Amino acid sequence: MDGLITVKGRNLGRFLEVLSSKRSIRSLIYACTVIFFFALILLPPILGILLKWNLIGQIFENSSLMSRAMSAIYASFAIALFVSIIDVIAGLPMAWFIWKGKSKWLNALDTLADIPFIVPTVALGYSIWLFWSNETQGISSLFGASLVSPGWLLIILVHFVFSYPAVVRVMVGALFDYKRTYEEASRTLGAAPVTADRTVTFPILKTSFIAAFTLAFARSISETGATVIVAGTFENGPVLINNLKTTQQLGYEGALVFVSFILIAVSCMIFATIMILGPKLKMPVRKVWPVAERKLSSHGLTNLRNTSTLLVFFVLVLIPSLFVALPAIYAILNGTLNEALSSTGIWQGYWQSLSLSYGVAFVATLLNTVAGLPMAILIARKRLGVLPSTILDVLVNIPMIVPSIALGVSLSIFWNNFPFIPEIGLLLFAHLSITYPYFVRSMTAAIERVDMDLEEASKTLGAKPFAVFRTIILPLTKYSLFAGAIMMFTRSVSETGATLAVVTELKTAPVLLVEWVKQIVPASPMEIGLGCGFLIILSFVILLISRGTVRGRY
Amino acid sequence: MPEVRLENVTKKYGKIIAVKNVNLHVHDKEYFSLIGPSGCGKTTLLRLIAGLVQPDEGKIFIENKLVTHIPPEDRGIGFVFQTYALFPHMNAWDNVTYGPRVKAWEEEKRERIGREMLEMVKLYERADAVPKELSGGMMQRVALARALAADAKLLLLDEPLGALDAKIRFDLRYELRKLVKDLGLTAVHVTHDQGEAMAISDRIAVMKKGRILQVDTPQELYMKPQHVFVANFIGESNFLEGYIVETNDKGCVIELRGGVIVNVVNQTRNKGERVVLAVRPETLSIEKGHKKGLNCITGHIERFRFEGTDVRYEVRLKNEDVVVIVRPALMGEWFNEGEKVTACFPTDKSYLFTYPSLGLRSELALE
Repeated sequence: MDGLITVKGRNLGRFLEVLSSKRSIRSLIYACTVIFFFALILLPPILGILLKWNLIGQIFENSSLMSRAMSAIYASFAIALFVSIIDVIAGLPMAWFIWKGKSKWLNALDTLADIPFIVPTVALGYSIWLFWSNETQGISSLFGASLVSPGWLLIILVHFVFSYPAVVRVMVGALFDYKRTYEEASRTLGAAPVTADRTVTFPILKTSFIAAFTLAFARSISETGATVIVAGTFENGPVLINNLKTTQQLGYEGALVFVSFILIAVSCMIFATIMILGPKLKMPVRKVWPVAERKLSSHGLTNLRNTSTLLVFFVLVLIPSLFVALPAIYAILNGTLNEALSSTGIWQGYWQSLSLSYGVAFVATLLNTVAGLPMAILIARKRLGVLPSTILDVLVNIPMIVPSIALGVSLSIFWNNFPFIPEIGLLLFAHLSITYPYFVRSMTAAIERVDMDLEEASKTLGAKPFAVFRTIILPLTKYSLFAGAIMMFTRSVSETGATLAVVTELKTAPVLLVEWVKQIVPASPMEIGLGCGFLIILSFVILLISRGTVRGRY
Repeated sequence: MPEVRLENVTKKYGKIIAVKNVNLHVHDKEYFSLIGPSGCGKTTLLRLIAGLVQPDEGKIFIENKLVTHIPPEDRGIGFVFQTYALFPHMNAWDNVTYGPRVKAWEEEKRERIGREMLEMVKLYERADAVPKELSGGMMQRVALARALAADAKLLLLDEPLGALDAKIRFDLRYELRKLVKDLGLTAVHVTHDQGEAMAISDRIAVMKKGRILQVDTPQELYMKPQHVFVANFIGESNFLEGYIVETNDKGCVIELRGGVIVNVVNQTRNKGERVVLAVRPETLSIEKGHKKGLNCITGHIERFRFEGTDVRYEVRLKNEDVVVIVRPALMGEWFNEGEKVTACFPTDKSYLFTYPSLGLRSELALE
């Protein structure tokens, strides 16, 4: 039987290889890939807004709504800008510490720094709210009053925490790819470590720093789940959209379209500006302060910097992120766990929501992997020519940089024109849009790293295009493929903004937890803690699998 | 003055010992080379001198000053990397004046040094070019100018010619030596190319597996190798295994495989000792036909190769040992494959080594 399967598998492989050698078949595959991207990923969110463009006038007739919208939009960009700056300032020393350090514990620290990235943002938001704001459980209980009340400051703290790992990850990656010889050359020429870093390493890694900043900005501008939880009465763009959708006050549709449009348009403009002007940014490398920089490079100050970096990480990032474990432990001790496991009370819907979240994430991951792989090849190998491939490369990023709730609003407007599509279909489309760039970006970079000579060597040995893909590209990029797929999966599980915008009946786990936290469905802190706990544990399992996979040990 | 001294220096990377208990003295104004096969520890040794890595044990002195724990920026060195490590975001001028700038020299002095150095390497006209606009040879010269501009008296060169084409490499190595000598510098040059090291060095250290096997002038290393590995790594040698059957006041008699007898003068060994006889291919003589005489062994030409300047024969001796003999192509007659010949061993240019405890093959291995 096994032999028969192998023979069939071999025949299928041979069949695909023969097919792949036909130019028309290859063109058809690439055409389908591009159509999938435009029809399902890129155009629906853009067309959605345009379809309701006529409603935008409503907001101009309502001055109070207009000023509310403008303040919220301003708040979104101001917070994103501020958070991105402090993320880079705080993330850079951490990345440096991980890169330069020699201790075996740094590997563990590297994993710990990923935790806020993997924890669904709703759980993260609740955890941070508990830590800083809850008067009975968190750090505030020591003072008897809320240390940081829900509002803009708490939003900044939350955004800082969940974009911090992204910044550290990008910077650590860049530093490990960096040729250390440049730094060594600088040192042998008489530069103190700080001078060498400032005049040589930083300027060379400038584009990576800009990428880290951009990522932090995109994460902050787009985040909804955690922001809704910690916002209190404060409104930024996503919170306003959520509030408008929940309250459905007069003229809300026009305001939704207006805010979504401005958020999408301004985000695109900012990112375009960063992409164009970023590489031209000059860093001050000619001026040197030997005495001051030598003092800054001293052991004492280096240790002080490392200690403060670790302090910031543990006090501002890690402990608040995992603080939700405390009510979860109480919940286990006082029997809430039994209630949860027997699906009684509010837990009835929880497991359903959790299954929905993971089910949608699984299907979205699968579809995007299949559709994203040829797209990554198209972009990385510039199969359509340099300019079209570059344009596609830029367009692929759009769903990632626009605020997810605005994307959701636009998507729901668009797909509501097709009433035969069930709500779960809308949910899936939203998740496809949101997660697609994460996979394509990761795979494009991985394929670009595969030396073209290897592909050509394979071709000269008689391999057909599919055989080149199966025997060269796939084995050499499989870890990035796994990593990209897992990133899509976790992003989908964590997704709140677009989900809130497109669904009315269905509830994914993050949407349900928002309802619990907002007490739309009354839930105790222990229940919320446990609800978040399950999500976090599942995410941990995925993190461990992904790290094992990426390192090739799994 | 910049002499370098290493005392019992050891460097480990995990379980791998990169440099093992090394003692070395590089004299002032000396052009010194470190050579050895890949992974022998020569680059690690250079990086230890530069302060780019810290030793696990031992002491390093530069100009008689203990520098073991002094960072590279305070050692007064110039370092040329194999990949040049020219800063890609700076032009040639900014690269060359980087050292004076980070040392906060006065602007006038910086400008003067920058100009002098770029003129010295004949690249002042290309001062505005960024590294990617320069050829490999130009980048190498800018890297050299940059290393010297910071007033280094000790120049450390890590395979500085390794990435260049053969012809350019050949020309630049003499330029490099001339520059070092003209400026009165001390240079430590790492290379795996023994020809390069022989051509430019005052003295050479041959390394293997983290240890220095021999430090000597190029001539001494070639003429009097003190280790079987050195005899193989510097130049080329034939190695034949045998036993000492007789010793006298002139030297000794060795019995090779098949009872073949060879006499060697100026070499003392104990009777009965197992030895390796090393003979340079160019010191063996070859004659047509089978002849008798001291140290002459009959055989036939197994392989013949014309190599331009030389012709190269592989001769299978009557005892089944194979020796390589190299003769100048334009001198004497050539022999054909299969032709009967007699190979004669020199009595005074053959070297004896005690048979290595781990076997000859292992001792000669490059990896």
